[in-house]
Amino acid sequence: MSADRIKKILGGLPTHVVIIGLCLVWFIPTLGLLVTSLRPFQDVNSTGWWMILAPPKGAAEYSQSCAACHGADGKKLPNANLADPALIQKYPRSIQLLAMLRDNINGQPHMKDTPIPKDQQAADIATYLRQLSGVEARPRVTLDNYVDALVGYRGTTSYRADCAAGKQSLDLTCTIADLSNPRGMGRAFLNSLGVAIPSTILPIFFAAFAAYAFSWLDFRGRTVMFAALVGMQVVPLQMTLVPISRLYAQVGLNGTFLGVWLFHTGFGLPYAIYLMRNFIGSLPRDLFESAYLDGASHWTAFYQLALPLSVPAIASLGIFQFLWIWNDLLVALVFLGGQNPVMTYQISNMVTSHGAGWHLLTAAAFISMALPMIVFFALQRYFVRGLLAGSVKG
Amino acid sequence: MTARDDVVPKIMKQGKVAPWLYLAPALIVMTVFIVYPGLDTLRLSFMNKDSTQWATAACVTGQPCWGIFENYRYALTSEIMRTAFLNNLKWIVLMVSGTVAFGLLIAVLADRVRYEPIAKAVIFMPMAISFVGAGIIWTFVYNYGTGSVQIGLLNAIVVALGGQPVSWLSEPQINMVALIVVGVWMWTGFCMTMLSASLKGVPVEMLEAARVDGANEWRVFWGIIVPTIMPTIAVVITTMVINVLKIFDIVYVMTGGNYGTEVIANRMYSEMYKSQQAGRATAIAVILIAVIIPAMFYNIRRFREQEAIR
Repeated sequence: MSADRIKKILGGLPTHVVIIGLCLVWFIPTLGLLVTSLRPFQDVNSTGWWMILAPPKGAAEYSQSCAACHGADGKKLPNANLADPALIQKYPRSIQLLAMLRDNINGQPHMKDTPIPKDQQAADIATYLRQLSGVEARPRVTLDNYVDALVGYRGTTSYRADCAAGKQSLDLTCTIADLSNPRGMGRAFLNSLGVAIPSTILPIFFAAFAAYAFSWLDFRGRTVMFAALVGMQVVPLQMTLVPISRLYAQVGLNGTFLGVWLFHTGFGLPYAIYLMRNFIGSLPRDLFESAYLDGASHWTAFYQLALPLSVPAIASLGIFQFLWIWNDLLVALVFLGGQNPVMTYQISNMVTSHGAGWHLLTAAAFISMALPMIVFFALQRYFVRGLLAGSVKG
Repeated sequence: MTARDDVVPKIMKQGKVAPWLYLAPALIVMTVFIVYPGLDTLRLSFMNKDSTQWATAACVTGQPCWGIFENYRYALTSEIMRTAFLNNLKWIVLMVSGTVAFGLLIAVLADRVRYEPIAKAVIFMPMAISFVGAGIIWTFVYNYGTGSVQIGLLNAIVVALGGQPVSWLSEPQINMVALIVVGVWMWTGFCMTMLSASLKGVPVEMLEAARVDGANEWRVFWGIIVPTIMPTIAVVITTMVINVLKIFDIVYVMTGGNYGTEVIANRMYSEMYKSQQAGRATAIAVILIAVIIPAMFYNIRRFREQEAIR
C-alpha cells in the first residue's frame, strides 16, 4: 500500500466516525424499544435492555462457588442434581441455602476449602438455581408482550399464563375473539387500517378527476380556481377542528369512520390536486389528441389513459397520505376518540392513564410502527419523493 | 400556470357541464372541510366559550377587557399562553437549527462514503413512524428510576459516568430540550434529504476549480456549497418553522404540556376539549394561522421557483 493511499484512508476516517456515530445515535433508541418489547416483563423492570445478552443473575457467583463440584450445568453429582426442581424447591430462600452450605455433608464441610458465599451472593445463587432447575425459568426472549398488547391484557402476569390457569379477567375469553377486545392493539390495528385505506383512496380519486379537468378540459376560471384550491394548503388542520366537530355533532358523525374519512379527504385534496395536476398535465399532448381523434370520450381518456399513466404519482401520493393518516393522533383523538380507537390513540391512552408497563407499551408501539417501517424500507424511493413534494402541505 | 392554458388540445371539445362534473367531488369536500370551517373559526373566535354570545360577555368589571377581542386578550397575554409562545420560540430556535445543522452535516459527509444509502435510510427512518411511537421510544430513553437500577439508557449512562440520575421530563428547562431532541431526531432525515438533493446539483467543476486553487474543504463548504444551496436551505428552514409552530403530538404524549412544556397547539387542544372554551381555542387557532400563512406563501413561492429551475 502506498503512502498516498494510507493518507487518503486516514483522511477519510473522521468522516466515517462521524457518520457511523450519528447513525448509531439515531438507531439505538429504536433498537432499545424493539429489544424491550421482546423481553419478559420481570427482566424489563429489573435490568436495562442492553443487558439482554448478559449472563443471568447469579451465574458468576455460581461458577465461583459451586461449579467446581456440581458442574456448569449442575448435574455432575447424581445424588445432588441441581437441575432437579424437586431438590431446589427445598431451598426457596438464601437463608435455607446458607444453612445447608454451612452444614456438613458425609462428615465433611459442604464447601471444603471454598469460602462460604456472603448473604447477597447466596441470594443471587438461589435465583440462579431457580432458573437452572426450571422452577422459575423464563426465556430471555418472548412474544408474550405482543400477545398481551394485541388482546389488551392488563393483568400482573401474562395473557397466556392467566388463560392457562383459567384466571383471565372478565373481558377476555381466551379464544381468538380476544383480538377484537376494544382495549387491545389488535382491534386498533384494524381500526387504523379502516381509517387509513379509504382516507387514502378517496382523495386520490377526487384529485385525479379534478387534475384531469384542470389539465385537459377547457372552462372559464380554470387558472384562478386551480390556484385557489392549491392555495388551501396553507390552512392548518387545527383551524378547522372546532367547527367540524360541532357540525359532526349535529349530523351524528362524531366517532364514526365516515366522518374521519371525509375530514382526511378534505385535507389531503389541496396537495393531491397539486401533485396530480402537475403529473397528468405533463403527459404528452399527442396521446390525448390521437385518443380523441379515435373517438374516445373524455371519460375513456381519463379512465384508460390518464389514470394508468399516473401510477408513479399515485404511488408517491398514496404512500405519503397513507402514512400521514396512519401516524396521525390529533384527528383520531378529536373525531374518533375512544369509540373506535386507532393505534396512536390507544398508545397515547396507555401512556396517559399509566395503565400499562414498559413491556406492553414498547410492544404496542412496535406493532404500530411495523407497517410504516415495512412500507418505508420497501418503497423508500416513492415515500421520499412524496414527502419532499408534500413538504409545503399545511 | 397561465402559460399552460393553451395546453388543452382545441380539438378535444366538451360540453359546458363536463368540467364541473370532474371538479364537483373535490370542490364539495374542500368547501365543507376547509373553506367553511376556516371562516367559522374566525367567527367563533369573537364569541364566548359556548358560542352563544359575543366575547364581550365574558368580561369581568374591574379587570382588563378587549371587548369583542376578549379571547385574543387571553390568547396573547395570559400567563399560560405566554409560556406557550415562549416555548414555541425555543422549539423554533433549537429544533430548526438542530435539524438543519445535522441534516447538512450528514448530507455533506454521506456524499463521500459508499454506504450513503444505508446511512441516509437510518437517519430518515424516524420520518416513517408516528410522533406517538417516537414519544414512546424517547420516554423510555429518558426513563427515570427512583431505585438503584436505571432502565432508561440516558440515566444509565449518566450513572455509569458517576453522575446522579436526572428526571429528564419533569425538570424545568431540561425537559424542553429533551422534547426538542425528539423533534430533531424525527425531522433531521427530512432536512437531510432536501439538502442532499440540492447538494448533488452543485457543479463539480466549481468545487474542483476551488480545490485546485488551494481552498481547503472548510473554505469550499462555506464559500461555494452553502451559497449555492442557500435557496434550498431557506425552504427547509421555513418548512421547519411551520412544522414546529404546529407541534402537538410529542408534547401531548410525553408531558401533556405539564412541567412548563406547554406549546400553542397543545394549549388549543386543551382549551377546546378539556376546558370547553371554544372562543379561546379558536382565537388561538386564528393566531396560529396568522403566524403560519406568511411563511407558507413564502415557502410555496420559493418552492415553485426551484421547481421551475429544475
